[in-house]
Amino acid sequence: MPKKITIEPVTRVEGHGKVTIKLDDDGNVRESRLHIVEFRGFERFVQGRPYWEAPVLVQRLCGICPVSHHLAAAKALDVIVGAGTGDGLTAVGDKMRRLMHFGQFFQSHVLHFFHLSSPDFLFGIDADPAIRNIIGVIDHHKDLAVQGVMMRKFGQEVIFHTAGKKIHGTGAIPGGINKNLSIAERDLLLNGADPMNADKMVEWSVAALEFFKSYHRNNKTLVDTFADYPSNHLSLVNKDGGMDIYNGVLRAVDTNGKRILDDVDCQDYDKYIEEEVKNWSYMKFPYLKHLGKEKGWYRVGPLARLNVVDFIPTPLAQKEFEEFKAYTYGKPNGMSLHYHWARLIEVLYAAEEMRNLLKDPDLQNEDLVVTGEKTNRGVGVIEAPRGTLFHHYEIDNDDKITLANLIVSTTNNNTPMNKAVNLTAKSFMNGQKVITEGMMNAVEVAIRAYDPCLSCATHALGQMPLEMKLVNANGDVIDSKTK
Amino acid sequence: MTQLKKRVLIYGYGNPGRQDDGLGIEMTKMVQHWIDEHELGCMTTDNNYQLNIEDAEKISEWDIVVFVDASKEEKMHEFRFRKVEASDAKVEFSMHAVSPSYVLHLSEKLFNKAPETYILGIRGFEWDFKEEISDIAKLNLEQAFQYLTRKLAGWALIKKNLPISMLTQD
Repeated sequence: MPKKITIEPVTRVEGHGKVTIKLDDDGNVRESRLHIVEFRGFERFVQGRPYWEAPVLVQRLCGICPVSHHLAAAKALDVIVGAGTGDGLTAVGDKMRRLMHFGQFFQSHVLHFFHLSSPDFLFGIDADPAIRNIIGVIDHHKDLAVQGVMMRKFGQEVIFHTAGKKIHGTGAIPGGINKNLSIAERDLLLNGADPMNADKMVEWSVAALEFFKSYHRNNKTLVDTFADYPSNHLSLVNKDGGMDIYNGVLRAVDTNGKRILDDVDCQDYDKYIEEEVKNWSYMKFPYLKHLGKEKGWYRVGPLARLNVVDFIPTPLAQKEFEEFKAYTYGKPNGMSLHYHWARLIEVLYAAEEMRNLLKDPDLQNEDLVVTGEKTNRGVGVIEAPRGTLFHHYEIDNDDKITLANLIVSTTNNNTPMNKAVNLTAKSFMNGQKVITEGMMNAVEVAIRAYDPCLSCATHALGQMPLEMKLVNANGDVIDSKTK
Repeated sequence: MTQLKKRVLIYGYGNPGRQDDGLGIEMTKMVQHWIDEHELGCMTTDNNYQLNIEDAEKISEWDIVVFVDASKEEKMHEFRFRKVEASDAKVEFSMHAVSPSYVLHLSEKLFNKAPETYILGIRGFEWDFKEEISDIAKLNLEQAFQYLTRKLAGWALIKKNLPISMLTQD
C-alpha cells in the first residue's frame, strides 16, 4: 500500500512549509512535494496606498530581508518618478543604496551559514540532533559561533547607518536616498575597534571560506552528490557580465552554460517570466515563458549567480570564483550543497565591496535625490541574498498604487527546491519503513541549502518547527514525528 | 550626557507596523523620555524588529536587561513582569522568533556574561497592518510603564548599593 511522509514545517528556514513524501507499496519514494500552506496577500494590501509608501510598507513582508524589499521597491519607484532604471541616481544615492544592500547581504548570508547550516557541516547531517545545532557549534567551535554573531552585527550596523533606522528603514526613497554617510559613521565602520571594522570582516570571510573548503575536501562525496541535478540559472549581471547584486540586466543560462535569456531589460521581465499556480501550494512556480513550464524553470540565489556571471569585480572573491568555476570545468554547477560554497564567496564579495565603498568620498556628497518625468509603471529587480527579487508597481493619476506584483527569491526557487526534496527523499528514504532523524534532516538540508524564506514567498508570518507524517495511499496518517 | 556605567538596558521589540505588536517599541520610547528627564546615565533603551543572535553580544554588556514585548496571551491581564532563565530550548529556531531566554543562553555561552534578565509582556489585542496601538492596549501600556519606571527607579537607587549620585549627571 503506498504511503505518504509529510515533514511539516521545515526547521531552520524562514516561514512555514511542509514536505510530503509519498511512498509506494514497496516503500520506495514515488513523489515528493514542498507545500506552502499560508498566504498573506501582500500585493493586495498595498493597492490603494500612495506609491511613495511602498518602500517602507513592503519591509513588513519579512523581518529577515526587509532591506531587499525596501530597495527593490525604491528601484521600481525610481522609474515611476523618472529617475531612471538603476543608473540615473546621483553617485551618493547609488552608492549608499549599494552599501545598505551589501550590509543586508552580508548579515543574511552569515546568519544562514554560521547559525543554520554550519551544524550540518561540523557534525554531519546524520549526527545526533542533540549536538547538531548551534549550541553544538558553540560547545565545540565557540570561536566560529562568535565570529558569526559579530559578522552579523557588523552587517546590521551597516544597515542602521545607511537605512537610518533599525526598523522599517527609510534610507531609500523614490529617486534617491534621504541621508548620506557622515565621516563619523564611515570611520566607525571602516576603522572601528577590533573586530568591528571592514578589514576584519574581509579576514573572517576568507576564514569562513577556508572552513567550508576544508570540509568539502574531506566530504567530497556528500557535498558533490547531495541533490545534484541539472537546471537553468537566472541572475542579474552588470553591463559587462560581472556580478552586480543591485542593478543590471537579466541573464539566464541552461545546464550547459548556453544563454537562454540574453541580458534583457528588467522593465520587460513579464515578457519573459510567467508564474504557474498549482493547487497544492500557495507559492507560485515561475518559469521562462519561451521554454514553457516543463523546461523553463530555473534556480536563483548564490549558486545560480555564480553560474550566470562572467566574473566578480573584487579581487579576493574573483580568485575564489575562478576556483569555484574550475571545479566544474567552467560549466554550470548543479550541486545543491555548493550553494553554501557560492554563498561564502558572496560573503567575501560583500565584505570587499563594503570596504571599498566605505573608502569612497562620494558617500559624503549632499546631492541625494533626482527627479524626472513621472510614469505610471515601474519595475525594480535586485539580487536579494536568496536570489532574484522582482517588484512591479503601477499607479493611477492620484498617485495611488493600482497594481503590485512581487516575485520573491524563494518563489523563483520553488521548482528547484521541490526537485532537491525529491532527489534527497529517493536517496535517503527508498525502501525505508521507519523515519529516522537523519532522514528527516537530509530533506531539510536539501531545502536549507536554498536558504528559503517562506515568509517572504507566501507573505506570511511565522516560525518553523518540524513535523513529519507518514500517510498511506488512502490518505491516512500512519506515522508522525515532530521536533 | 556621560554614561557612568552600563547598568540597565530596556530592550523593546516587535513590529510597529502591526498595531499592538509595536507595544515593545512604544514602551522604549516612553522609558527613554523618562530616563532623559531624570538624567539617568546608567540606563538606556534600545529596540528592534525582532530579537536575533547578535543581541547576545548586546545584552552581555549590561548588568540588568529588561526585554519588552507585546503579548497575545489571553490569560494575561494588563502586563506581566518575570525573570528570564537561560534556555537552549529553541535551538531549532526560525530566525523570526529568537526568544529572550535563548539570547540569554547565547550570551552566557559565547560571551561568558549572564545579565539579570527580565521580560515585560504587555497584553495586546489588535494585530492588523496599521501603525497605531489600539486604545485598550494603550491603557495596558500606561500601567506597564508606571510599573517599570518604579522598578527602574528602585534599581537606580538600591541595586548593589549604588550611590544616589548615579541618578544625576554632573
